Amino acid sequence: MNLFILLVLVLAIIAIAQLTKVYDLSRSLRNTREEEVSAADNRLNANAWIVWMIAFFAGTIYLYVKYGDYLPESASEHGVAVDKLMSVNIWMITIVFFIVNYFLFTFANKYRFNPARRAKFFAHDNRLEMIWTLVPGVTMAFIIVYGLITWNNMTGPASAEAMQIELYSKQFDWTARYPGENKVFGAADFNLIGTTNGLGLVTEEGVAAKLAEIDHNLEQTEKAIANGKAEGTMPDSYMESLEDQLYKLKRHKQRILDLKENELNGISQWKAGADDKLVKGEFHIPVGQEIEFVFRSQDVIHSAYMPHFRAQMNCVPGVPTRFKMKPTITTAEMRQKLGNDKFDYILLCNKVCGAAHFNMKMTVVVDTPEDYAVWLAEQKTFGGDKREKKEEAPASPAADTTKTMASIN
Amino acid sequence: MGAHSNDHGHHEESFISKYIFSQDHKMISKQFLVTAIFMGVIAVMLSIFFRLQLGWPGEKFGILNAFLGDKWAPDGILDKNAYLAMVTIHGTIMVFFVLTGGLSGTFANLLIPLQIGARDMASGFMNMLSYWFFLVSSLIMVASLFVEGGAASGGWTVYPPLSALPQAMPGSGTGMTLWLISMVLFVASSLLGGLNYIVTIINLRTKGMKMTRLPLTIWALLVTAILGVLSFPVLVSCVVLLIMDRSMGTAFYLSDIFIQGEALDVTGGSPILFQHLFWFLGHPEVYIVLLPALGISSEIIATNSRKPIFGYKAMIGSILAIGFLSFIVWGHHMYVTGMNPFIGSVFVFTTLLIAIPSAVKAFNYITTLWKGNIKFTPAMLFSIGLVSTFVTGGLTGIVLADSALDVNVHDTYFVVAHFHIVMGLSAIFGMLGGIYHWFPKMYGRMLNSKLGYAHFWLTMVCGFGVFFPMHFVGIAGAPRRYYDYSEFDYLDAVLDLNPMISTFAIIGGAAQLLFIFNFFHSIWFGQKATQNPWNSNTLEWTTPVAHIHGNWPGALPEVHRWAYDYSNPDHEEDFVSQIVPLKAGEHAH
Repeated sequence: MNLFILLVLVLAIIAIAQLTKVYDLSRSLRNTREEEVSAADNRLNANAWIVWMIAFFAGTIYLYVKYGDYLPESASEHGVAVDKLMSVNIWMITIVFFIVNYFLFTFANKYRFNPARRAKFFAHDNRLEMIWTLVPGVTMAFIIVYGLITWNNMTGPASAEAMQIELYSKQFDWTARYPGENKVFGAADFNLIGTTNGLGLVTEEGVAAKLAEIDHNLEQTEKAIANGKAEGTMPDSYMESLEDQLYKLKRHKQRILDLKENELNGISQWKAGADDKLVKGEFHIPVGQEIEFVFRSQDVIHSAYMPHFRAQMNCVPGVPTRFKMKPTITTAEMRQKLGNDKFDYILLCNKVCGAAHFNMKMTVVVDTPEDYAVWLAEQKTFGGDKREKKEEAPASPAADTTKTMASIN
Repeated sequence: MGAHSNDHGHHEESFISKYIFSQDHKMISKQFLVTAIFMGVIAVMLSIFFRLQLGWPGEKFGILNAFLGDKWAPDGILDKNAYLAMVTIHGTIMVFFVLTGGLSGTFANLLIPLQIGARDMASGFMNMLSYWFFLVSSLIMVASLFVEGGAASGGWTVYPPLSALPQAMPGSGTGMTLWLISMVLFVASSLLGGLNYIVTIINLRTKGMKMTRLPLTIWALLVTAILGVLSFPVLVSCVVLLIMDRSMGTAFYLSDIFIQGEALDVTGGSPILFQHLFWFLGHPEVYIVLLPALGISSEIIATNSRKPIFGYKAMIGSILAIGFLSFIVWGHHMYVTGMNPFIGSVFVFTTLLIAIPSAVKAFNYITTLWKGNIKFTPAMLFSIGLVSTFVTGGLTGIVLADSALDVNVHDTYFVVAHFHIVMGLSAIFGMLGGIYHWFPKMYGRMLNSKLGYAHFWLTMVCGFGVFFPMHFVGIAGAPRRYYDYSEFDYLDAVLDLNPMISTFAIIGGAAQLLFIFNFFHSIWFGQKATQNPWNSNTLEWTTPVAHIHGNWPGALPEVHRWAYDYSNPDHEEDFVSQIVPLKAGEHAH
């Protein structure tokens, strides 16, 4: 197969070379110059512009009709305004696109070379130039003002009724965190992240456990260094890596010791985390409720993209970000509208983050407030829930998904 | 200006000083061009490799395995990491090596001395260094494809922390180190070149060559060089800080990171700082790529319409306005980084302002065609194509500049479509047009025009065929830099466009073989050129066909008029060279 492709390529090049040679010979026989565009060539190219224009415009219209309105209507409140702004913009640029390309291609066709004619010496015209500076200027002013009004409405601070959900990203999955009954997120810090604490929530027990773990490691490392020195046979690089390890552990410990307990709404954030609810694979939000998402990232920049809600915000390690929206259409309603009972809203990663970037997603379910309350009550809390009937840890998305899907249907 | 004596052209030079360590601007220009073509071939091949995966995901292609081996394309299926590496290096090579180094390097070197009437660049030595830095940085970038772990893979914008942490992905190891080194050398090349271009244009214009008589190519190249000199140093600082974060334990861009089971000892940095620094170069860079192409097309369109470029002063004004505005719009790449929405509003405003000078340019091109007497040389076809891509791609920029709309199309295929048309195709069309137009000046021979026609029409159809449908894929919400979309039901209906896009990409890539064959064949076997094949006004066509050191055999030409006296009613011929003195009673334009 490869040999075949190579053969085709080689033959193609030989063919071009031979054709060129024939062409060169005939040209020297006819005594023509390469730079002189023959009348036939000029006619051919002039007409080709029109053929191209028709094909280009027809293709554009076909694409508009078949694919232009593909994303379903916005399922969020601000998204409706965004869509309106988008269609105004798209209409406007489409009209300009057709007009300008039409003039370009038809002029190219119409004013083809004619030895009997002389081009018009037309170097400038202040009135014309003024018109086509002012018209785009006024149009842009309109677009800027209209765009900024929409932007300001969607980016202002969230209202007092807004409920908060944290979307936490890491290579290569998402976790949604709900603040629980006390409505305050537990403090979180990257120094406390571990196998049983994927988001690094800060609790007194967690801090104590992490410090104990580090102390244990410190002890082990110091012991290894002492042994290495006593034996004196270990390679320098090994000893250096141990010293390195020791330094890192000490720094890690210091960073944890530096953590300060703080209060929010009268609750210590070190205690507020116990009733936080963490979910993976799928998260639910109630329809008609303003939601303020808070985004965090564990490792690299990710981007939380929810195209059906016209929502996107980067998740930046070390810099929490926010985006507010109000979902307006439940998943069940949207399925009905689309006539597709498999449809789901989706959250995906839209900032390249590594090999499995293309597979980093989470299902978003918009519920009625009643269904949402039922779903939320079923979710495990971080601190372990006494009323909890489920056995699985929240970190098993597949199991979670089937269970919640069952509860919806 | 008298530094070069006239008999420079006569003494024999050794092979090495003539072809390798040449300080002659014409030779350096050819060196840039051939290097850029080589880099372009690699970048196009990479894009075809990843387009195969996107068009037919999971399909086995023997050719991928043949080129990339078992590690990167086991069984002929592109590996996920290799996919990201190809996307990244395709972008890097195209933006920096082909469209910055290749385009500016070739045409600034060729045209600045020839069109302003100078014997050579202000500093031939710096000019030579500029090329050698460019070549070394190109070779390092290509070499990075072959290292353990593969080339840099975080996208051509190499955002940290992904690019800063070797444990984040294989491409962030040695490949990324080489990327950064290559980029520092590249910036050195750009600065050496840029300073030289500016100084040459300001100081070495021949007698009578006022700034208001300069061809628009020179204006565009001047503003391009100024943009480069002001913005590339910022890229160096941006890159150096990243090198320090990678190798010296600093935390300019890093904070609160837990990766591969380890909480890193970094706090207080901000990944967003990198983006501000990067885009402070990155946005002017768009115009560094685009302006030379616009300058070239102005020249070609006026010459082949046999008409003065319409609104010469407005054209200069728009180049200056675009150049200035390009420095205060970088934040439009960052609307969804969590940047203060008010700052976002300011960037919406400045960005949309660019539409005004851009519109003026587009209308002026079209008016130049109006009542012209158009000769469709291949160069002219590419230039008209450029106006179409510039308008078509520019318009979708209005959507992206609007922060409220950007939220939903940010980092989707809509963006890919937008910048490939407005910057990629436009700049490539400008570059190809320039090559067809000035090939006789560079090599003393003509390119084959029939092959040129075939090359243009295939490139035009395939260029739009590849990028235009991508708008619709993007509006449907398909993120860019995804290896495979088949997992997402909501995209099913638009993804049938992907095989078509990939088919156009393959045909378009193959069509470039016509050009490459034509180029190298014509260097040796093309028809011998005449002195002024296109009946053009500018000074380069007053030099002899055979290259000589110092460009003009006798005294330097004196300029008496602007570059656009085509079909001037005061003259019988439809062109009047800039060196022709004004007739009695004729008004200088």
